[in-house]
Amino acid sequence: MTVPSQELIGTVTAESGIEGTAALDETAVPSRGRIIFRRFIVQKSALFGLVLLVVLVLLAYVGPIIGKWDYSQPDYNSFLVTPNSSHWFGTDGTGTDLFAATMRGAQKSIIIGLLVAVLATSMAAIVGATAGYFGRWIDTVLMWIVNLLLVIPSFLIIAILSPRYHNNLTLFVVLLGMFIWQITARIVRGQTLSLREREYVLAAKYMGVSGPRIIARHILPNLASLLIIDATVNVSVAVLTETGLSFFGFGVQPPDVSLGTLIEAAQTSATTQPWLFLFPAGFLVLLLLAVNLIGQGLRDAFDPSAGVAV
Amino acid sequence: MTTPAEVRTREPKPDESAVLVVDNLHVAFPVLGGGSVNAVRGLSYQLRRGEALGIVGESGSGKSVSSLALMGLLPRTTRVTGSVRLDGQELLGMHDREASALRGKKISMIFQEPLSALTPVYTVGAQVSEALRVHNDISKEKALDRAVELLDLVGIPNPRDRAKAFPHEFSGGMRQRVMIAMAIANDPDVIIADEPTTALDVTIQAQILDVLQTARRETGAAVIMITHDLGVVAGLADRVLVMYAGRPVELGTTDEVYYAPRMPYTLGLLGSIPRLDASGRSALTPIEGTPPSLANLPSGCPFRPRCPLAIDICAETEPALDPVRGASHRAACHRKDEIETNGWTVTDVFPVPDLGIAEIERVPREERPAALAVEGLVKHYPLMKGVAFKRQVGTVQAVDGVDFDIREGETLGLVGESGCGKTTTLLQILELVEPQAGTIRIAGTDTRDLRGGPARKALRRDLQVVFQDPQASLDPRLPVGDVLAEPMRTHGYHKKQIDARVKELLQLVGLEPSHAGRYPQEFSGGQRQRVGIARALALEPKLVVLDEPVSALDVSIRAGVINLLMQLRAELSLSYLFVAHDLSVVRVIADRVAVMYLGRIVEIGVVDSVYASPSHPYTQALLSAIPIPDPDKERTRERIVLQGDLPSPANPPSGCRFRTRCQRFLTLTEGEKQLCIDRYPPLIPMGPDHSAACHYAEPVAVI
Amino acid sequence: MGKYLVRRLVNYVVLVFIATSMAYLLAATSLNPRSHFLGRNPPVPVTTQDDILNRYNLNDKTPVFERYGTWIDNIAHGNLGRDYDGGYVGANLSRRMWVSGQLLLIGTILGGLVGVAAGAWAAVRHKKATDVALTQGAFFILSCPVFVIAILLQVGATRLNNAVGSRLISFSGQFDPAKPGGFFSNIGDRLDHLILPTITLMLAGASYLMLYQRSAMLDVLGSDYVRTARAKGLRRRTALIKHALRTALIPSVTLFTYAFATIFVGATFTETIFGWHGMGEWFVQTIQGSDTNAVAAITAVVGVLILFASFLQDVVVAMLDPRVRVG
Repeated sequence: MTVPSQELIGTVTAESGIEGTAALDETAVPSRGRIIFRRFIVQKSALFGLVLLVVLVLLAYVGPIIGKWDYSQPDYNSFLVTPNSSHWFGTDGTGTDLFAATMRGAQKSIIIGLLVAVLATSMAAIVGATAGYFGRWIDTVLMWIVNLLLVIPSFLIIAILSPRYHNNLTLFVVLLGMFIWQITARIVRGQTLSLREREYVLAAKYMGVSGPRIIARHILPNLASLLIIDATVNVSVAVLTETGLSFFGFGVQPPDVSLGTLIEAAQTSATTQPWLFLFPAGFLVLLLLAVNLIGQGLRDAFDPSAGVAV
Repeated sequence: MTTPAEVRTREPKPDESAVLVVDNLHVAFPVLGGGSVNAVRGLSYQLRRGEALGIVGESGSGKSVSSLALMGLLPRTTRVTGSVRLDGQELLGMHDREASALRGKKISMIFQEPLSALTPVYTVGAQVSEALRVHNDISKEKALDRAVELLDLVGIPNPRDRAKAFPHEFSGGMRQRVMIAMAIANDPDVIIADEPTTALDVTIQAQILDVLQTARRETGAAVIMITHDLGVVAGLADRVLVMYAGRPVELGTTDEVYYAPRMPYTLGLLGSIPRLDASGRSALTPIEGTPPSLANLPSGCPFRPRCPLAIDICAETEPALDPVRGASHRAACHRKDEIETNGWTVTDVFPVPDLGIAEIERVPREERPAALAVEGLVKHYPLMKGVAFKRQVGTVQAVDGVDFDIREGETLGLVGESGCGKTTTLLQILELVEPQAGTIRIAGTDTRDLRGGPARKALRRDLQVVFQDPQASLDPRLPVGDVLAEPMRTHGYHKKQIDARVKELLQLVGLEPSHAGRYPQEFSGGQRQRVGIARALALEPKLVVLDEPVSALDVSIRAGVINLLMQLRAELSLSYLFVAHDLSVVRVIADRVAVMYLGRIVEIGVVDSVYASPSHPYTQALLSAIPIPDPDKERTRERIVLQGDLPSPANPPSGCRFRTRCQRFLTLTEGEKQLCIDRYPPLIPMGPDHSAACHYAEPVAVI
Repeated sequence: MGKYLVRRLVNYVVLVFIATSMAYLLAATSLNPRSHFLGRNPPVPVTTQDDILNRYNLNDKTPVFERYGTWIDNIAHGNLGRDYDGGYVGANLSRRMWVSGQLLLIGTILGGLVGVAAGAWAAVRHKKATDVALTQGAFFILSCPVFVIAILLQVGATRLNNAVGSRLISFSGQFDPAKPGGFFSNIGDRLDHLILPTITLMLAGASYLMLYQRSAMLDVLGSDYVRTARAKGLRRRTALIKHALRTALIPSVTLFTYAFATIFVGATFTETIFGWHGMGEWFVQTIQGSDTNAVAAITAVVGVLILFASFLQDVVVAMLDPRVRVG
């Protein structure tokens, strides 16, 4: 009536019944970062965006070195010339080389975009997670401030203050950053509210881990995907805001140039001297497209089941 | 070497009376980057008119996928091959127009998740009448009238009014009734019920199983009941089909499969279920290992790595589903005839571990100090309503005066339906703050006396927790080594000490020390729960609070974790507060049990006494609602089916809180009833260490 | 419910008040209305300058909190203050809000309809050519700043006009002041002037809403209740429209409500480039013209409209989604 014990010994490894530890060793799982990178890279549009961005950044920083002209040194022999071998993008009415000016503007946009994105996303992460995790009065106060900042038209405030930051990049970045973190902060707060109830957070809390440490160790790392995507989106928001402000003369001030000021200057002559408009506008659109495609690719890579969320 | 596709399993010639014939069904999901997950690999069965067939299997066995394939509801990229004939009509490859005409009319389906299966923006009446209007040319009014009749049939009170309500205004059980009403609306020939009660409480499960029987009677339809719970189908099904790794592994009449299983997997499955009718604390027989990945199946029998009976041939050829004896009973095992001839049972095939007993358990209970003492615990919180327009509409009396204690080395099972306050009780204990009323004493320290963080933090070492969901309880961003180290780092252990202890802990719960560098996602559910247990033990606590620690695990995995918990208790002299909704799990692990209903304990005592002679009508109903994986017992059991849902804890009934659903209350005279309406009954002793809070408490054997 | 609404309203009033005050103080200390007298020939005597600026409560020599006090006092009497050239802020405000409303009405509605339809369609054709084309198109448009789109449209219209040889599309201002004629030719002229700014507004709005609707729709396509609807016997198309789209509309309609409620605030780039004298254009002009009082008034209007829009959103959600309704 009993099974010959010989056969049992081979497969039973421990008394309490341990599940296939062997299976675990066979299939080494690639790290999360690798998986996401792979999922990112297989998307044609995301890869295109990445390559485009690299090309644009290289162009903006290496181009002026190769180019013959400086954006601040007009060529008094060539006014309003069409693109040629000397002036690759042509010149404007003052003889300024448009290639040099566009690259100078692009550098501004890129650096402002990156700095603002990092600043705004960090701010959103800290405020949102703090409000969400601690709740009660901390939440009330922080969210009230967020709402207040949402009510104030940010564009207006930055414009009013424009004479004060007069080409002071740091101040400009801080101001831009101050006004684009609120929505994300709300989202982070919402996510934190649900993460706070997650069992691994409760487990940490019940073993005595302090609040700030739980935020740093358990909450923010688990919001990494959201924050990375948000930072990417913020790059394009910042670039749009910067060029928009400059378009109206509230951003980068002469003698310095921005893609926004170049486009504004070309506005009236867009029909007659199209190159003045097309080059800076084209560069700007390509830059935004590259950043948006990367953002989209990241979103799909982090969450392959989701569609496009805006 | 035979490839799985060649091992075709066929039933005999189609039966005249078969309403549904499934023949060699294969379902494969293509995977990004080539390859595919073969979810169903050659499934054949016949369903006779009016018959109830139970399909049993764990997650990933292909049981749900195969039924979605019958309905034609799988994503369009899925590859479905084989043949499915309904009344002789081939369903596979049918155009959506024709298939839609059959769906809901001749073959209908009830899904697992009643919470998400109804469209949130339409009224329940509209959704039921839609099912009628799709297939019949009738007026809106007529359809609604018929919908109200159907809602009445499935036991929805005030159906005419309730038809105007939206799904979110219904409880889970009520929504599942609505789903059943939709499924039977057009008098189908076949009803597929896919885990229809898995998401529900036991008392509600009993109600729904009742309604399903009514539905079957009314329509005369054949029913396919898909479940992972062998208990649920025992009393309901005529025949049972067991699936493993996408293949049928055993098929027979219910009696054959339950009383004479011939496939080791079925044997193990039956042995690993904690049973209500077991006697006392006892070890379960676990099936080792985990079900294989369907994307990467080994050659031969897929159960081989977990099978104690595996021999050489099992690695080479996948066994076909062949007859064992006669024509009806079939099993897919190379050694089925051996099992048959020798009459091997579970304990012959699977070893029963010896779990040991702690030294402290030999000391009489009264002489042991209390690890946890709770007296008069109260937790009320405000009830908010509305998302956009939030406002307080009442007070939820989640916990309303609860007393119990746990002695060292003892396990108390705290059981009740969802919403009874058991989780709130547990969280209150874990918060280590002064309760709204009452006292909580942990290892003699009153939480009220805890002044400041350090004292609280020190006490946390004595009290640790294991949560329900192994997926959610481990931070996916930390390797398990860090997960285990976190409590020790927080409490200032030295690095060297931590490293050594992490290895020790992994070994203690039956994992490899070399796994410390891996991330939680790389482990199976059962292994993750082991990591969760190891983390709880890191600080060498005296008391571990277990919040439904096995309810999220597959049946065959569950037994191993339960055994581990029992073994650790004996080794480390731990005390457990074991919170569960499953009375049968509590039966095997706990010394004492406390039953909660609407924030209060209605019955408490030693397990043997409470299970053998439950004295509170609620305990009786709970016990009677739990299905036993024994067809004979199930068929003859008298089931107490409670009326309705749990009342809102924001507005509990006066006097005895259970009286609105009480089966005993109905048998009382008006005079006797008055006492229940006026006064909440105190706990009345029913025996040594057994008391029940009922004015008319009386032991009734229900198992 | 009543108590809740009152509390919310009070909170709104406080928010708007603080926001407006901050804008006023910031503008009063940063902007320089005196710059208007610079370079005048003959030079304006400083006393005259002070007289004029004092009359409009814009004198930078008056301590800022004193000006603030006067401003508050005026507000309390229903007077929003004066421009640097003596115009009344209140009158300008209502005129310009109306202009912006006119301009944005059609563009916003069209953008909403096109966006929702295209988004739903793309979601149903998920990963097929239609979906890819629509999504990439929306992405490209969203990567074009409004001022680039507007200028490109102008260039295109000029080319078209030149090719046809007559002014087919006009894009400068709200109407042609030189054109005499009756009511109907007037209407035609006004519509003509609306074409380009409306397309500009529509493109951006539709792209944004399309991506949003598409993702909302994809979220519900795989939901259990769509499966239930199919299990009842509904055809795929019917189940998608009746069950998936109806539910997925909730977030999009909410977003649309927000856009709709804020049309009076104007579209800065579109108005400036196409010469519409609405709120958006004013926005820029007031800062360029150092009009502190107007800046504060615009802040207040924007604040009120944003809060009104978010309130309206909640109401609309409650209307569309029974789960949110108060029992």
